Amino acid sequence: MSNINRYAALFEKLANNNEGAFVPFVMLGDPDLETSYKIICTLVDNGADALELGFPYSDPIADGPTIQKASIRALSHHFKTADSFAVIARVRAKYPDVAIGLLLYSNLVFRRGIETFYAEAKQAGVDSILLADVPLREGTPFRTAAEANGIKQILIAPPNANDEDLAAIAKQTQGYTYLLGRAGVTGAEATATTPVHEMVMRLKQNNAAPAVIGFGISTPEHVKAAISAGADGAIAGSATVNIIEKYLDDVPAMLQALGEFVSVMKAATR
Amino acid sequence: MSNKLDSKFGQYGGMYVPELLIPALDQLEQAFIDAQNDPEFQKEFIGLLKDYAGRPTPLTKVRNIVSNPLVTLYLKREDLLHGGAHKTNQVLGQALLTKRMGKTHVIAETGAGQHGTATALACALLGLKARIYMGAKDVERQAPNVFRMRLMGAEVIPVNAGSGTLKDAVNEALRDWSGTYENAHYLLGTAAGPHPFPTIVREFHRMIGEEVREQIIQKEGRLPDSIVACVGGGSNAIGIFADFIDDEQVQLIGVEPAGKGVNTSEHGAAIAKGSSGVLHGAHTYIMQDDDGQIEESYSVSAGLDYPAVGPQHAHLHDIGRAQYVSVTDDEALDAFQLLACKEGIIPALESSHALAHALKMAEAADKETIIVVNLSGRGDKDLDHVNRILKEKGAL
Repeated sequence: MSNINRYAALFEKLANNNEGAFVPFVMLGDPDLETSYKIICTLVDNGADALELGFPYSDPIADGPTIQKASIRALSHHFKTADSFAVIARVRAKYPDVAIGLLLYSNLVFRRGIETFYAEAKQAGVDSILLADVPLREGTPFRTAAEANGIKQILIAPPNANDEDLAAIAKQTQGYTYLLGRAGVTGAEATATTPVHEMVMRLKQNNAAPAVIGFGISTPEHVKAAISAGADGAIAGSATVNIIEKYLDDVPAMLQALGEFVSVMKAATR
Repeated sequence: MSNKLDSKFGQYGGMYVPELLIPALDQLEQAFIDAQNDPEFQKEFIGLLKDYAGRPTPLTKVRNIVSNPLVTLYLKREDLLHGGAHKTNQVLGQALLTKRMGKTHVIAETGAGQHGTATALACALLGLKARIYMGAKDVERQAPNVFRMRLMGAEVIPVNAGSGTLKDAVNEALRDWSGTYENAHYLLGTAAGPHPFPTIVREFHRMIGEEVREQIIQKEGRLPDSIVACVGGGSNAIGIFADFIDDEQVQLIGVEPAGKGVNTSEHGAAIAKGSSGVLHGAHTYIMQDDDGQIEESYSVSAGLDYPAVGPQHAHLHDIGRAQYVSVTDDEALDAFQLLACKEGIIPALESSHALAHALKMAEAADKETIIVVNLSGRGDKDLDHVNRILKEKGAL
């Protein structure tokens, strides 16, 4: 098991090339285990700088309809937490250098046992974990397990955080900072509205890890705007998952569309 | 920033919500603390409870349904409160807090429609705009309450996601709030959810127990031996328990819905059969599978059909201060009919669970015993449903 810091290596390389990171999000097991693996490979092969992977969950309170439906599709095949780790391990074996982050809900971690979950994640090749429903003030047990297992604990910086909270978030997030593009839940319908430049400056003043913006990023224009406003990268979740949903009956067409989407989104980071 | 009030009950409770909602919850906590120390707020709240909602509610000694001469059984008559259930108490409190925070809109979830109805009436009274999320299945099953809410000016939004019931309505309300917290208050309907809701809901229902104390001392010259209340999320139970938690001699009993039996998959007994986990922002007892996916609950009573329980109940259970038992659909239906037939009171199906357990206790008592049941709501909303069930059973 290596302890290389894939995020540090990634952001250093990108900075040297004067470009930002493009990070697609997909739900593990959506629409099924085998297609999910192919989807993830397609994302990496077409230029994804890092991966953000969701674990399907029955009650995703931070997600809009697109990601909710992805969860339901995965769970309808009885996709289990163990299956999620198995897919990640295959991806890690094929792509030793790509940074893999998880984005999931705390009950899946509680149920397995916090320490066990983080150990399994490390074993599978995970670099970072972001818990959508664990704010800074509930984070201690998770951060402890993350540190014990050499996993980065990612925190969300919301546009409405006061200075004190933002400073604490900046200090504690590791690997990168998930800058929230707007209030609300995930979805491609509403565009990011966060004053990115101001938030990035506030985070930089607090020496936060690189700021990657998510929520409301669905077009190359959004990516361009985020990078030129100072963000270090952009995450597109619902826009990526919309493509999966659109081509559920035609996997080759789905993979082709995903590949093209990632290529143009990545191109927009340069 | 940290919390000003204790956000945990032992290991339970907390604020397991997106970081984005923390400022809104902190603002609510501060508004609640200020309001509790503001005589003007208290005066308005108490005034509404008395002159609008009809407090204090009576404590009624039953005449006919207890045959054991050693037992005296009282009903705390929350069924007589305006709106038809205890829900009105805390809704008035939170609606006043909404205005205090300068917010103009209220978001709420509802299962059977009781909390939605209470929210709609409070918002009508206080000039707030209410939008109420209700599972699509519940919208169909609870047509009269949907009409009540709409009549009082609330927007009722059916939720199709997930199972289309209360749990999904809560999810949708939380999603709405994460985009609208600047002008909207989420008026959560039970003593569950993230801090500070379990504390606020308890304190705004605390008068139920305080009145019982005064009334029982006047009638019996002593405290009751047992207090029995049904537990879904657990708001009526925590409301009647709160003032007695320090009186160790008073047994506190929460009654969960056993549905078709706690050994079937169709029940809602989160404490009896669930395990610890996180749902809707709180660490508590929940119904879940081995991965932590939330399971569907079931109960004949929509108000108890929830796969978790308020975090303070989880704590009271663990430290042994309260006992949690369960009662099946059939037992609750029997108690429902008995109270109607022998005492002329039609209870809510939720409250019928508490009554059913109290009747078992009454039968088993071998010394002088005073029992108080929180009759948390009236059964008008359940008439069609029970009528249908009894016809199917051939009992009518």
